This record gives sequence, C-alpha cells and structure tokens, in this order.
Amino acid sequence: MRLESPTPDAPTAPRVEDGAPAPSAPGSTPVQKVAGVVIRFAGDSGDGMQLTGDRFTAETASLGNALATLPNFPAEIRAPQGTLPGVSSFQLQFADHVVLTPGDAPDVLVAMNPAALRANIADLPRGGVIIADADEFTKRSLQKVGYTVSPLEDGSLESYQVHALPLTSMTVEALKDSGLSRKDSERAKNMFALGMLSWLYDRPTEATERFLETKFAKKPQIRDANLTAFRAGWAFGETTEGFAVRYQVAPAEHPAGTYRNITGSTALAYGLATAAHKAGLPLVLGSYPITPASDILHALSGMKRFGVTTLQAEDEIAGVGIALGASFGGSLGVTTTSGPGLALKAETIGLAVMLELPLVVVDVQRGGPSTGLPTKTEQADLLQAMYGRNGESPLPVVAASSPTDCFTAAMEAVRIAVTYRTPVILLSDGYLANGSEPWALPSVADLPAIDPAQATGPNGAGDDGRPAFRPYLRDPETLARPWAVPGTPGLEHRIGGLEKADVTGEISYEPENHERMTGLRQAKVDGVAVPPLEVDDPVAPDGTRARVLVLGWGSTYGPIAAAVRDARAEGLQVARAHLRHLNPFPPGLGDALRSYDRVVLPEMNGGQLALLLRARYLVDVQSHGRVRGRPFSAGELLDVVRDAVAALPDHDSAAASPAAGAVAESPQEARR
Amino acid sequence: MSTTTTPLGLPGVRSGTEDVPRLPEGTTLSKKDFTAANEVRWCPGCGDYAVLAAVQGFMPELGLRKENIVCISGIGCSSRFPYYLDTYGMHSIHGRAPAIATGLAASRPDLSVWVVTGDGDALSIGGNHLVHAMRRNVNMTILLFNNRIYGLTKGQYSPTSEVGKVTKSTPAGSVDAPFNPVSLALGAEATFVARTLDSDRKHLTSVLRAAAEHRGTSLVEIYQNCPIFNDGAFDVLKDRDETQARLVRLEDGQEVRFGREDDQKVVVTAPGGGVEVVPAADAAGREVVVHDAAAADPTRAFALSRLDGPSMAHVPVGVFRAVARPTYDDLVRDQVDSARAEAGGAASDADLDALIAGGDTWVVR
Repeated sequence: MRLESPTPDAPTAPRVEDGAPAPSAPGSTPVQKVAGVVIRFAGDSGDGMQLTGDRFTAETASLGNALATLPNFPAEIRAPQGTLPGVSSFQLQFADHVVLTPGDAPDVLVAMNPAALRANIADLPRGGVIIADADEFTKRSLQKVGYTVSPLEDGSLESYQVHALPLTSMTVEALKDSGLSRKDSERAKNMFALGMLSWLYDRPTEATERFLETKFAKKPQIRDANLTAFRAGWAFGETTEGFAVRYQVAPAEHPAGTYRNITGSTALAYGLATAAHKAGLPLVLGSYPITPASDILHALSGMKRFGVTTLQAEDEIAGVGIALGASFGGSLGVTTTSGPGLALKAETIGLAVMLELPLVVVDVQRGGPSTGLPTKTEQADLLQAMYGRNGESPLPVVAASSPTDCFTAAMEAVRIAVTYRTPVILLSDGYLANGSEPWALPSVADLPAIDPAQATGPNGAGDDGRPAFRPYLRDPETLARPWAVPGTPGLEHRIGGLEKADVTGEISYEPENHERMTGLRQAKVDGVAVPPLEVDDPVAPDGTRARVLVLGWGSTYGPIAAAVRDARAEGLQVARAHLRHLNPFPPGLGDALRSYDRVVLPEMNGGQLALLLRARYLVDVQSHGRVRGRPFSAGELLDVVRDAVAALPDHDSAAASPAAGAVAESPQEARR
Repeated sequence: MSTTTTPLGLPGVRSGTEDVPRLPEGTTLSKKDFTAANEVRWCPGCGDYAVLAAVQGFMPELGLRKENIVCISGIGCSSRFPYYLDTYGMHSIHGRAPAIATGLAASRPDLSVWVVTGDGDALSIGGNHLVHAMRRNVNMTILLFNNRIYGLTKGQYSPTSEVGKVTKSTPAGSVDAPFNPVSLALGAEATFVARTLDSDRKHLTSVLRAAAEHRGTSLVEIYQNCPIFNDGAFDVLKDRDETQARLVRLEDGQEVRFGREDDQKVVVTAPGGGVEVVPAADAAGREVVVHDAAAADPTRAFALSRLDGPSMAHVPVGVFRAVARPTYDDLVRDQVDSARAEAGGAASDADLDALIAGGDTWVVR
C-alpha cells in the first residue's frame, strides 16, 4: 500500500506481509507485520498534535524505521477552539523500506475533535482507520463545524474502520488522583493517545518517558500527569479488545552508521555551524523572526559554545546588514528569512554583490505573494532569489532537497560564499523546514575544510612600484577578490556600493569599466565550480533508454523520486535528475535537457525554473506547477509521468498497456 | 510560553576604545596618516570639509592603530566621508550604516567603529536602525551631519527641515514636523548624546574626544552648512554677536548660562519638569540648572534639548548626556565567551559531532 513500495500492493490498510496475524507477547492481541504505515494526528491547535507527532516520530526513528514527516498547522497560534481553521495536523510515514515522502494519504487518522475529522476525512482512503476522541463529539462541537448529526453515529463512516474512544474521559479518569483540575487533566489527552498509538504500533516508550521527565522537570505535577496519561494510553491498548490486531513495522535497511531523526531547519542550522567550524570562522547570524525560518534562529542561538553569535535584529534589513557587517569584519555573516523578508533584504544583498564579501542568505520559502500562506510550503521565491535586486546582480543559488540535505546544502552555500566572496542564497521551504527524516550522521572530521584565505599583505604594486593592496585584484582561478579584514595592517581600504574600478576598487563611473566589472561579477558566478548533473536513467534490458526526463529542484525531490520509482515499477521508462545548484546550473544540464524527447518539471510555483531553463537552453520544458501550500503527492506526479510518456509522439501504447492496466487496480489509483 | 529573565553580570565602566590595539609606546600618527589619497569631492564651502579636517586631526589623539579604526557610512553627501579617511571603511546603502556597524562592532571588540550619517540617512530612511542602535547601546560613535536638507538628491526637505520650508519638493512650504535629533536620541535610551557645530573646531574636537571615550553608542549631532541647497541655515550660530546671544554651551557641573555680556541669561527649572530661559537679572528665587550629563534620569537633558527650535533662539551644544550602561556588543560577546569557557574552550570536531548527534541516536550495523 505504500506508494514507495517497490511493487503495487492490495489496497487494504495496512499491508500484511507475513500472512495471518499471529499471537505475540506481550498482551493477547495478535501482531501483524506490515511494511509501512501513514498516520495523521489531527486536533485543535491547542491539543498538542505537533508534540504528539514529534514524539511518535522519535519513537519510530529510534526503532530504525525509514520515515518522513509533514507537520501542517495554521498561521494562527490559537484559532477559535474546535473550528476548522484551528485544526493542526502531523502526518508521518514509516516503513521497513526506503521512504521518500510523508505519504500521499493516511492509513490511520487520529481525530481529536469533529473539526479534525471534518478537515481530514477527505484525505483518508476508504477502508482506512479512524481513531476519534468520542468525548469531543458533543452537540456544540459538532455544530461548530457544520455536522448536524455525529458522523460517528450516522453511518456516514461505514466504509472506514472507526474506533470511537472516550480518550478525554479515560485521561481524566487516569489522572483522578493527580490533584489536577479536570481542565488540566484533559490537556494530557494527547499523551494518552500517543501511549495508545505507541502500543498499537509497538513503538518503544523509553525515549518519550525520558522526554517528558526532562521537559517538565520543573513541574513535577505536570510531568507525572503526562507520564500517567501516556502509560494509561498504552495500558488501555493492551487491555481493550477494541483493536483486533496490533502492528509491527520492521526496521528499514539503512546503510551502516549512527542515525538520528532531524528536521530541515535543525539540519540547516547544524550545516551552517559546521561549515563555519570547518572554515575556522566565527558565525554571526543577523535575523528577524519570520515563519517558517525562525527555528534556524532558535537553533543557532543555542550554539554559542560553538562560536555562534546570533543577533535578533530590529527588522529584516538590519538582519542582513548585521550579517554583512560581520562578514566585512572577517566572520561568516548569515541571515535567515522567508520570502517577504528576502524582499526587504534585496538592497543589502545587492550591496554584498558589489562589495564581493561572503554572505549566506537563507530563504525558507512559504506561500506568497505578500504575507501569503505563512505556515505552508511553496517554491515561488526562485526568481526573486535569482533576480530580485536592482541592476545586474548575479549570485549563486543553492537549494536543499530533503530535511537532511539541508545540512549538506548549507555547507555548500558556505563553501561558495567564502571561496568566491559572494552572497549566496540558500533556498529551503516550509516542508523541508518542519519535515523530518532519519539522518546518517556525518563525521565532522571527514567533511571537507573550507579555506577563507583572508588577505595578510599587499597583493600588487602601486603606481610608484611599491607594494600596494589592490582590493579588487582577482584570483585568476575563482575571480574572487581578496578578503582583507579590518585590523590587518597595511591593507586599509574603502569599499562601497558605488561602482568599483577594476583592480583598484576606487570609485569609477567609466562606461567601459562598468561593463567590464558587470561582466566580471557575472563571470565569477558563472564560474563557480559545481558538480556535473547526474541523471538517473537506468538502461533497460533491451538497451533502450528513457525518452522522458523528470527534472526537479528543492523539496520536490521526495515525491518526484517516489513517482519515478513507481512509474518504473509499472514498466515505464523514465529518467530523473534533480538540481541542487540553480545558479550556476550544473555542467551537462543543457545537453541532458536536449537529449530527451520530453522534459517534465514539477515545481511548487507557476513554472519559474521552467522559465529559466527555456530561456537559457531553448528547450521546451513542460512545467507542472502547483501552489496549494503543500508538497506534491507521489500519486499526482505518477500521473504526470504517465501522461508525459503517453504523450510522446510515437509512443508505443501497446508496450505500456499491461502496466497501465495493472495500475487501474493499484492502490495509487484507488487512493486519488 | 512564559519568559524568564536572567540576571546579567554587568561589566564596569570602560573606555570605548579599551579593547582596541594601541600604537607602540612612543609612536604617534599624524593627520596626514588619516588623509586618504582620494580627491575630496564635496562642494566648495561645504561644512563637511571642516568636520573631515577636525576628525582627521583628532584621530591621532586616540593613539590607536589605524588599521583598527573603521568608518561606515550610509548614503548622502556626508556619507562619502569614509573615502577620505585612510582607515578601513565602507560606504554602504541608504540608512543602513548603524545596522552594518552593529554586526561589525558585535563581532570585533578590537575595532573602533565610527558611523557617518546625515539627517536624511539617519532620521528618515534609517530611523529604525538609528533608534535601535542607541537602545541597544552598541559600542560605536555616530556622527550625524545635520544640514536640514537633502543635498545629494538636490534640495528636497529633510526630517529636520523646519515647517514651511520651501524646497523643490515642497513649493508651497513643507508641512512636515521636524525631528529634534537630540530629543529623539534621548527618548531612544541613548547613553551618550551631544551636539556641536561644523564651524567650531575646538568644540567639535572636544565632543569627539568625549564620544570616543564613551563605551556604547555615542550620538553626535553636528550642525553643518550646505552652501548649495540650504546655505546659511546656521548662520545665526556663526555670527560672533548672535552666537553669544543664542549658543548655550553645556558644561558638566556648571550652571547653564549664556548671552551677550550686557544681556546674560540663565536656564532655570520650570513647572512641569521643563526648563526655561530667563534674564540672569531676573533669576532670583529660581533654580538655575547645573548641568549633569551623568544624571541617570534623562528628563533634564531632554528638557534642555527642547530649548532648541526652528528659530534657534537658544541652541544648547555640548554633551547632553553621558551615562554608563552595559553595551550590547559586550553582553553578546560575554554570553558567547562564557558558553565557550564553560565548555572548555573552542569547539573541536568531536564537539561538533556531539552537537549534531543530539541526544537520541541509533546505530545500524
């Protein structure tokens, strides 16, 4: 049933691997082994669904399952209780095999109130499991979301497996001796639910118990209540006869190594700090809080011990100004923001282009324009990153493709910024920022060093022939200018936003010089060394190769890879490539684009990368742009791939028809 | 989430340049050492020349290594200043110099950081950064050249232009109420606020000296003449006779008095917390203000700043306020330094490994 599964499976939830359920200890409930499950926790914004999801994820990660997560919450901190706008959810896919997405649709929906059910039921395939807190399905709560009769009772959920359980009252009952008020006791119902789900999916509980003990160390009463509720939920699962089976998902085959689970924003913060460490530079972050980028500020602010300084600025402009000032002083200046903030920083980034100083600008993209969808994901800042400044102001653009890749992408952004003395825009997005997956920990010692090579003495001769400092004399290889830091004797110089004379850096309004400097700045960015494009295009047994290339960038990596894998499982021949470097493009990209009959490009915008590629390579790249504030589903992209193959001018439909025939019965089809 | 407050160990009063490397004993620099080779390109008669000369002349007095002095400016006529000062410098973008200088000052305690800005740069487009720099008390000296006009864009009114001013953009007269930069700075929690004149080199230098000595943000407003677009704006303060009548020189610990010899005036306290000017002869029974720049309460300094107005009938100059308060950059560095000290010094690869591993890992064999 997993879209990521190598072969289509029967559309029953969950997929049974080992035949009939077998009894197992502890408890009397039989255990089924399943390959993978998608669970969505949904409740009111105040119900603690994100925490519940995080904890379930941590338990799952420590068990060694492959996993991917998708938090989804409203921009309002506490929308009116019990309403549809206030619904917050957390989806998690975990499996015994490679997982590339958080799952297109849940197998299990945990609905803590009627609003959560109403907001999510459309995504739950028939036959799916609903676990609902029956206590919350009161007349008033039902009315708030437009139910006249409780869906738990009117038969409308007949095609699902419904477990309507009094989670709230069981929690209150479990906490009756805790000394907490009823209201406070009710707040622990998420831990009751977590305990029950942990039992149902046979998750280890030690880490959650440790977590609660640490988190509420200073509030023993709250700590004990949460622990009691959590254990009571587990115990309820063990004693109830309501669940016919419990499930086990075996650890996935991961390459050997030490693993942790990590969100994109945390990985990105670690990547920045690690890169600064490898460069031997202090990291200075200037940042203004903005969703969904603030978590990077939070993470870095706790890394003082690693020489990381974070300054919370008065505004977005000051954030990047602080970073640029720190870079001028010889630190690694970084600023973090989202789309609206990137717009405000544009002028300062342009100054950094002119000054040719290292600067890393992280844009965690969200839905736009304007305030847009602050908590939802999008990839629509690509053109802003590329061109959102006055004048000809090229800069390198790097994009992360998965939560763990945020670490690598951050290191790459730092490498380019420091090596080439240039601002670099690093694109993440809301999906990567909040999503998580297991990460094979790198060894810091083994990561490549970055050489800041700051100037220590004169690099040329003055008109009088004596040694002199030439602030804009370039390295012939990289075209980078010297990074001469205040405090270095003899290298006193002035830089600024006015056009520079080549080599000397003096103010120059000379027409020829401006054109030369514009060309040099462009050539420097064009010449940034990036690895050649890798195309995943397995040669078929008969020696043929794919005629369709699916190209992506950024966070579409997971759903594209899953869709291509599923398409190949159907017998379709499809190639796939993914861009980390948006500027400059990797070597070989143009040739690759030209060598396929059809290039399909899914992106979460109106076709921005397609526009760039068409302009640059004169290739008729087909854009598949969607802006719904959520990642692509693998199933949707599978359709895109099928359509692309089917649309090939001389497509041999007979060859593909058996696979297509099978697809009609496939779970992916049934799922849409 | 509730917030908590952590008491910070506050450092004692230190000089603004205490952490900046000094020249070896017996070596001195001269004005020439601070004069860049670049041709100065201000209009003939511009007040900026006088300020530049005063700053170049004063810099050697600091006794600092010149590679450890940095001048950062925004955009405007005065913001060309760094090109003419032979130190490290950055001519940045409009209004943003205090933000850029904040990043530099916070990361480099060994630098003496100077910001040069104008009334449009600092108070209009860059108003936010200016007030926040002063609020934070970042260790830097801000020279605010106030000519009450936009010069580089050729003559529009500025946020310090008087109401009614006829300019290219206000042919019927400006209806914009001006800022009093000193009042603004005092309201923004500035720890050092002073005003001086481009034409009075001795006074200008004495104010620069005090500003550089101050640890924290020093705001120095310099009345500066624009001979092209607002010529004579401060002429009443340059005529010897008029100056005597109008200029109120604030001297710490001294009664605030001024005026022509035959028309002495004093500043006395007024009901409601303000101050007012009365003829010295009529001051009997009134409390004459004794200037105290170090007063913790900025109320009196603020009242003194309000003596100034568009008519410039009374213009206080000198140091309005100079109080010690921990600087933002010192506190930021203290937190980083103590975190590192507690952890046993600079981080190793293994420390980074431990950081990124976090507390919850599993091993796949």
